[in-house]
Amino acid sequence: MKPAPFTLHRPATLAQATALLHDLADEDARLIAGGQSLAPMMAFRLARPGHLIDLNGVGELAHLCESGGMIEIGALIRHVDIARRAIPGVTGALLRAVLPHIAHHPIRTRGTFCGSLAHADPASEWCLTAATLDATLVAHSASGRREIAARDYFEGAMATALRADEVLSSVRLPQLPEGARFAFHEFSRRSGDFAIAAALVIFELRDGLIAQARIGIGGAEDRPRRISEAEAVLNGRKPSPELFVEAGAAVAAALCPMEDISTSAAYRRELAATLTERALEEAAR
Amino acid sequence: MTETRQPIIGQSLTRLEDPPLVRGKGRFVADVSFPHQLHMRVVRSPLAHGRLLGIRIKAALALKGVHAIWTAQDIADIGPIDFREGKIEKLEPYRQPVLAQDYVRYVGEPVAVVFAEDAYVAEDAADLVELDIEELPVIVEADAPPGVFAPGLSTEAAIVTQGFGDVEGAFASAHAIISLDLQMGRHSGVPLETRGAIGLYDSARDVLELHGAAKVPHKNRESLARMLGRTTTTLHLFEYHVGGGFGIRGEIYPEDILVLVAALRLERPVKWIEDRREHLMCANQSRQQRHLISAAVDAQGRLLAIRNEFYHDQGAYPRTHALRIAETTCGILPGPYHLGAYSATGYYRLTNKTPCATYRAPGRYETNFVRERLLDAIAERLGMSRVDVRRINLIKKEEMPYARPLSVLEDDVSYDSGDYEGLLDQSLKAMDWDALQESLKARRAKGEIVGAGFALFIEKSGLGPTDGAHVNVDTDGVVEVLTGGASVGQGFETVVGQVCADILGADYRKVRVVHGRTERIEFGIGAHASRATVMTANAVAVAAAKVRAKALDMAAELMQAQPGDLDIANGLVFRRDAPHGPSMKLGAVASALRPMAKTRGAREPGLSADGWFESEHQVYPYGNQFAVVKIDPATGAIAIERYLIAYDIGKAINPMLVRGQILGGFAQGLGGAIYEEFLYDERGEPLSVSFADYLMPTLSETPDVEVLLTEDAPSPRNPLGIKGAGESGIAPVGAAIASAVEDALQCTGLVRQLPLTPQRVKAMLKELQSRRGLPA
Amino acid sequence: MSKTPLHFTLNGRAFDLEVEPRRTLIDVIRDDCGFTGTHAGCEHGVCGACTIIVNGETVRSCLMFGFQAEGATIRTVESLSQGGPLHPLQEAFVEHHALQCGFCTPGFLMLAVGLLEENPDMDEAAMRDALSSNLCRCTGYENILKAVKDGAQRMKASHD
Repeated sequence: MKPAPFTLHRPATLAQATALLHDLADEDARLIAGGQSLAPMMAFRLARPGHLIDLNGVGELAHLCESGGMIEIGALIRHVDIARRAIPGVTGALLRAVLPHIAHHPIRTRGTFCGSLAHADPASEWCLTAATLDATLVAHSASGRREIAARDYFEGAMATALRADEVLSSVRLPQLPEGARFAFHEFSRRSGDFAIAAALVIFELRDGLIAQARIGIGGAEDRPRRISEAEAVLNGRKPSPELFVEAGAAVAAALCPMEDISTSAAYRRELAATLTERALEEAAR
Repeated sequence: MTETRQPIIGQSLTRLEDPPLVRGKGRFVADVSFPHQLHMRVVRSPLAHGRLLGIRIKAALALKGVHAIWTAQDIADIGPIDFREGKIEKLEPYRQPVLAQDYVRYVGEPVAVVFAEDAYVAEDAADLVELDIEELPVIVEADAPPGVFAPGLSTEAAIVTQGFGDVEGAFASAHAIISLDLQMGRHSGVPLETRGAIGLYDSARDVLELHGAAKVPHKNRESLARMLGRTTTTLHLFEYHVGGGFGIRGEIYPEDILVLVAALRLERPVKWIEDRREHLMCANQSRQQRHLISAAVDAQGRLLAIRNEFYHDQGAYPRTHALRIAETTCGILPGPYHLGAYSATGYYRLTNKTPCATYRAPGRYETNFVRERLLDAIAERLGMSRVDVRRINLIKKEEMPYARPLSVLEDDVSYDSGDYEGLLDQSLKAMDWDALQESLKARRAKGEIVGAGFALFIEKSGLGPTDGAHVNVDTDGVVEVLTGGASVGQGFETVVGQVCADILGADYRKVRVVHGRTERIEFGIGAHASRATVMTANAVAVAAAKVRAKALDMAAELMQAQPGDLDIANGLVFRRDAPHGPSMKLGAVASALRPMAKTRGAREPGLSADGWFESEHQVYPYGNQFAVVKIDPATGAIAIERYLIAYDIGKAINPMLVRGQILGGFAQGLGGAIYEEFLYDERGEPLSVSFADYLMPTLSETPDVEVLLTEDAPSPRNPLGIKGAGESGIAPVGAAIASAVEDALQCTGLVRQLPLTPQRVKAMLKELQSRRGLPA
Repeated sequence: MSKTPLHFTLNGRAFDLEVEPRRTLIDVIRDDCGFTGTHAGCEHGVCGACTIIVNGETVRSCLMFGFQAEGATIRTVESLSQGGPLHPLQEAFVEHHALQCGFCTPGFLMLAVGLLEENPDMDEAAMRDALSSNLCRCTGYENILKAVKDGAQRMKASHD
């Protein structure tokens, strides 16, 4: 389990990084920031990049800031920074609530927020967060900058709309309004493992009625997504255990879950419904 | 300074092993390197079954840093891997070749081998070796019809049987017959240190060395010498720190032979360190059996007869232990109960999966599960309590020793001592069983899915027949205990050191225990089947007593006393009647016994002695385990609320270490009960080849365990009265958790398979709903 | 294969190396620097046996390439006592029988040291969660948790 050989590049600026990606387009170049997903893939030789471009010298990607109602997380922001850098508002609180579910501490010290999104594991907590919050993903390439909406970004298991010559330079998350409620629930066989299914729910209460509901499901399908059918069940109604069961059922009905030798689609579907119910109950408390 | 003799046996002393290990100064095989060594990498079959048509090595050989690449034809003179206990006629044709010849039979089977200057380059080269394999149909289930292993050879390599009494008659006259169909998942020891081996040839002395030995270095030396056509005197095995054994490490695998042959032929040291993916594909797996079991009982629930038919999934080849698990499965299944008649038939079948062998409590983890499920099912059928059905069947204290016409490890079954019912009562009291039943009932009435279960078991340990040790005191007073035992991390040095220090009167901290080095001692029993403490410690006790007698004899003359007036403690010889008076250091006594010392007189030189211990039969510790579980109906997850392990060890040399063995074994047992399973797809492709797929419990999954350690039944079969501890924690965990889960569901017969994954539990909940006529 | 220069401080010693970029940090530490106390249990970042402290952060050294430690200050298990008296956590591991084979022990020690240096007042629930990051196959964890709880107190006392 020793990685295959590669050529190392260490750009100092984003422009250098994108130029390298452009020049090496035909030679399987990969970016590395935290490397907590890439390194195991290279150990198993499932990934054998010919070139590795280390982003850690690109200081301009180490930003974490709020402006214009958006929180922007740069490509070098590690998971632990999410807790250490006081991110304001409800979105900050939400990120801190999700954080402890990501792997374990020694992974969180190295792995990056944007790296999780670039890797796009279907069970990734940050991918679910980005999908549920309708994040905007910012990609840079030698030909310029573009923004990708989360709903267009995830294309399948470990598949995204990022082009081979693009760097996911930052992710922008909307600041949730004061008073917005949220909860995250996931189920995995062991602590710290990737979830078999996960639910992130967010809503506001206006005059005792649910508004602006967001129900995101991760781990169950090949990509995380919002389940509009379940959101429609909730909006305009009074929170109650019965309503949450109804919303869970809507999630179950809308999902088309993955299946593997140890986990059936039916099990994942039921799990997603349960986690939705439980998250809604917690958020309503 | 006042000298008194304090017992050392029985004390929870901190371990002799620990200081280097906590400092990072341990030496595991990967930490060992020799000048000019080559790194070996094995090219493995990517297919579970196929005809090997060709191997192309040209591109790989051209890589810079590659020294040699071998296939089967390069080692055509080396035979297949032998059985540890010698020739077994019927299984000979099924033995695994060191490198695949003509056929590959599991994913991961060694096909070729690369030797290179660097481990990275060796892996690069292995990737460049091209295999031409014609895929053949696979057999992945042992209960599927047998197929063809090779022309003229069935994949049913053997059928093992044991039994006694009139089974047919008992079934014909039974009050009730209870039948179950139970499956045990495939899991294994998976030590944190992967395997490793370094071959080294000293051409000046014509000595071949294998570094990185474990478990049974002396027995492996015999097998390897036989296979390589060498004398045992010119072949030596060296054990370093061993990062967990659990039965699977230290068996002879193809890689052990490859590093030795390569060291001889390439005249360079050859180092191989297994990687984790290889380990999960190639190291021995275990446990996978399906049992069709029936009991004939009378109206009081007495076991009149058991019929035990099982399919044993051996994987692609027999391994060094040959038929032992299947045989143990037959011999140990009746456990602590009376049984009127018994028949066991095991179909030992080869499948296109990783070969299997012994893993901590082989044959017992499986049979405890099967037998205790059967007892619970009998209780339900007859409307008895689960406690009463066991009570009426238990072998009584007064009946010890209790023999029955079965055998385990070719040793006739004869339980040496035990008060099974007494320990059951102690556990019931500790659990406050009746009150617990009431509280669980009340919680179930409120809708919680909670329950308690338990399992009784006997263990076996201390299989002989004999082991020896040598104890030497040097002139500085350092005591060296030379053993043929092995340390797999269990605390062997500590336990042996305590016995030696106690009996000799030495300072425990000054005892140095040598193990796992064939060049230091000619014979050794190693560390397997919980026998190291029973066999080696008793041999050390004999040797230490002799050294003590020699020391007293010499010191008596020097101190102008009778030997009987003297005692030894903390390495000082002193007068019993004057503990404050003059004393003599053991080192000084050793000096007085040097060959040239005039003080020696006609005595044999040196302060040292050999000791041997012979055992006629194994010893049988026993215990029970209790679990309280809660099931999440939505996810199927099992939470363990409480767990009790009661175990009678006979006599504990170091209670802290016994407890440690129990807790560690429990966590592994929990793995097999709920988390761990080697899965294969329909083409025989292994799916559990990373730690993200093979799920071992972490701290979060492992509950605190209450341990009730008793010494009510010392073994009459050895002077120390001791029994083994290594396998007690693990053996009945699957059984106890399954019992608790069925109690939570208030229905027996639902648990048919381990591990109890959340999805399987969820399926059981649905089955229960449909049985009770409720909507799913 | 071309090599890249690499400079770091390991257990107080400065190293000036040239390594292949693909070499993992654990291999650099073990093979190039000769500190074999850090163990490779899985080489894919799950078991935690290779946990070390880089620039004050606990990391898995199998999931870092050596080149990523350029300029770093690295501590491994060998740094804890350096031949002197045992570190309070090492003492606690011995006294609570928190190790058997000892293979996972350096990883657990460095994990616990890193966690407790960052948060000396960790409660038991947080410890349980954090220690679940590493695998042990011998002890069943109970004694490891006890040792870390006790070691935390000893570390505080040694700072008083």
